[in-house]
Amino acid sequence: MSVLNIKDAGPMMTVQDLGRAGLSRFGVSGAGPMDPPSLRMANRLVGNAESDAGLEFAQVGGTFVVDAPVRFAVTGAAVGMTVDGKPVHAWESHHLLPGQTLRIGAVVNAVWGYLAISGGIDTPLVLGARTTHLRTGLGGLDGRRLAAGDHLPLGASGHAPLLALRQPLSRPRGPFRIVPGPQADHFDASAWKIFLEEPFRIATHRDRMAQMLDGPVISAFAGHDIISDGTVAGSIQVPSSGRPIVLMAERQTTGGYPKIATVASVDLPRLAQAMTGSLVRFRAITRDEAEDLLLDQSRVLAAALSGLEEKGETTEIKETPTTSGRSNT
Amino acid sequence: MAVMTNAPAHFPRIAACGDSALAVEFSDRIDEATSARVVAMADRLAAGAVAGIREVVPTYRSLLVHYDPALVRGRDLTVQLMDMLECQAETESTVRHIIVPVLYGGETGADLDALAELKEMTRSDLIALHASAHYRVYMIGFAPGFAYLGGLPERLHTPRLAVPRQRIEAGAIGIGGQQASINSVPGPSGWRFIARTPLKLFDPSRKEPFLLRAGDRVRFRAIEETEAAHLDAAVARGEPVEEWAAT
Repeated sequence: MSVLNIKDAGPMMTVQDLGRAGLSRFGVSGAGPMDPPSLRMANRLVGNAESDAGLEFAQVGGTFVVDAPVRFAVTGAAVGMTVDGKPVHAWESHHLLPGQTLRIGAVVNAVWGYLAISGGIDTPLVLGARTTHLRTGLGGLDGRRLAAGDHLPLGASGHAPLLALRQPLSRPRGPFRIVPGPQADHFDASAWKIFLEEPFRIATHRDRMAQMLDGPVISAFAGHDIISDGTVAGSIQVPSSGRPIVLMAERQTTGGYPKIATVASVDLPRLAQAMTGSLVRFRAITRDEAEDLLLDQSRVLAAALSGLEEKGETTEIKETPTTSGRSNT
Repeated sequence: MAVMTNAPAHFPRIAACGDSALAVEFSDRIDEATSARVVAMADRLAAGAVAGIREVVPTYRSLLVHYDPALVRGRDLTVQLMDMLECQAETESTVRHIIVPVLYGGETGADLDALAELKEMTRSDLIALHASAHYRVYMIGFAPGFAYLGGLPERLHTPRLAVPRQRIEAGAIGIGGQQASINSVPGPSGWRFIARTPLKLFDPSRKEPFLLRAGDRVRFRAIEETEAAHLDAAVARGEPVEEWAAT
């Protein structure tokens, strides 16, 4: 079995696949990537199944070597990275050979990056998935963040061409769309006016579990405690502080704060990738509209995933004048 | 826990939770009848009664239903579920009874004596009262396998601590307000803990990782140190030690 050796790791690197589905009723968070389309794309670029496990990192990647030839790809955003000091692009696959060193630097204009390796990260399945859930220490490598010195087993890597995404993944723009509810009626007209008309700031208090929002205080006239009920990724809770909290991938399965609204699925990865300190606005849409957006995006993403172009049979790492990688070119 | 007091709401009702989930709210209170309806619908949906459903999450008074909008649209699912609510039998399909052996007091149950003093009861009267009650698992949530129990005798209702403790062990038996609980993983908690069970509510390496599910009936059986040590060892060897009572 081949191994990925981590020589150096950023502060928030974990093993993630598409999540631990179907166990919410037993209190098990789905977890999974903060930006699922980017992990799926990274896997496709190296010839993996979209559901294979890769590495998720925040802000900065790390340094890696392998003991057998692999293909790798980095997605999520523009990322500065090199193989043996030579710059390579994100959003396309490259060879990494034994003896070579892959260095992944800072994520540019986003938060989360993804590294897929051909064969996938082959840590043991825990409750049906390899996803790391940090709060409960489940999955990944001993349920924890990765660190220098870690060795990750890799699955068998077959032959496949190097691929590139020629058109950038389309990201929605504009206000973040929300569907009111399930406790929309805990908030009166003035609270709703504030929520939909004032900007909020992406707070520094953020992790894989939740995103806090700074800005105007939102008051629930019916009180800020409800009988605990189920949550979804994208639930916007409003505790008694009046500061909204958006639940993210690693959320708790139940919660006791009223939920004013839910972020549309298509906009949740974008919220995860929004820079700390940036301003966001919300716009209410109907459930029907949000479902239409999600179905449309699924079709677009499926086309992008199956429409990757071969790079041609060069194993040379092409030198490029920039280290910023491919962004929205 | 405060009860929802918003403007007149008619139950049951169904609320959107974004584009891939909805909540069926059966009432705005915590009671057995409501829980029975939640669990009954959860069981029917989990058994495949309606197409396009990914998973269901039964909670005290509502059922969260995750669906795939590519297979069923929220508005159509709402109609189907409202129809089902109108003709739903409110009986749960299968009811499981489990007896949970507990060692009262000790390091994990460190609040026992203080609680007895607070309630002006003897330690043994408090144990007898706690162990005589019939509990119901209202929901599993917060952490993997964490069981929220209803049925705590009113005399034992006690507010949470002002300052949560940093680490409470798995298996700790707690009291928080009118609720009782069994911890499943170690972690911080503001509840009061009076006992521990050697049973593991959650063990990802076990064939059945979760001991309890919503709708289960639970009773506690007081055990002594010797039996606790014996059960601890059996659990550590991976032997099943839970006691299912006849229905």
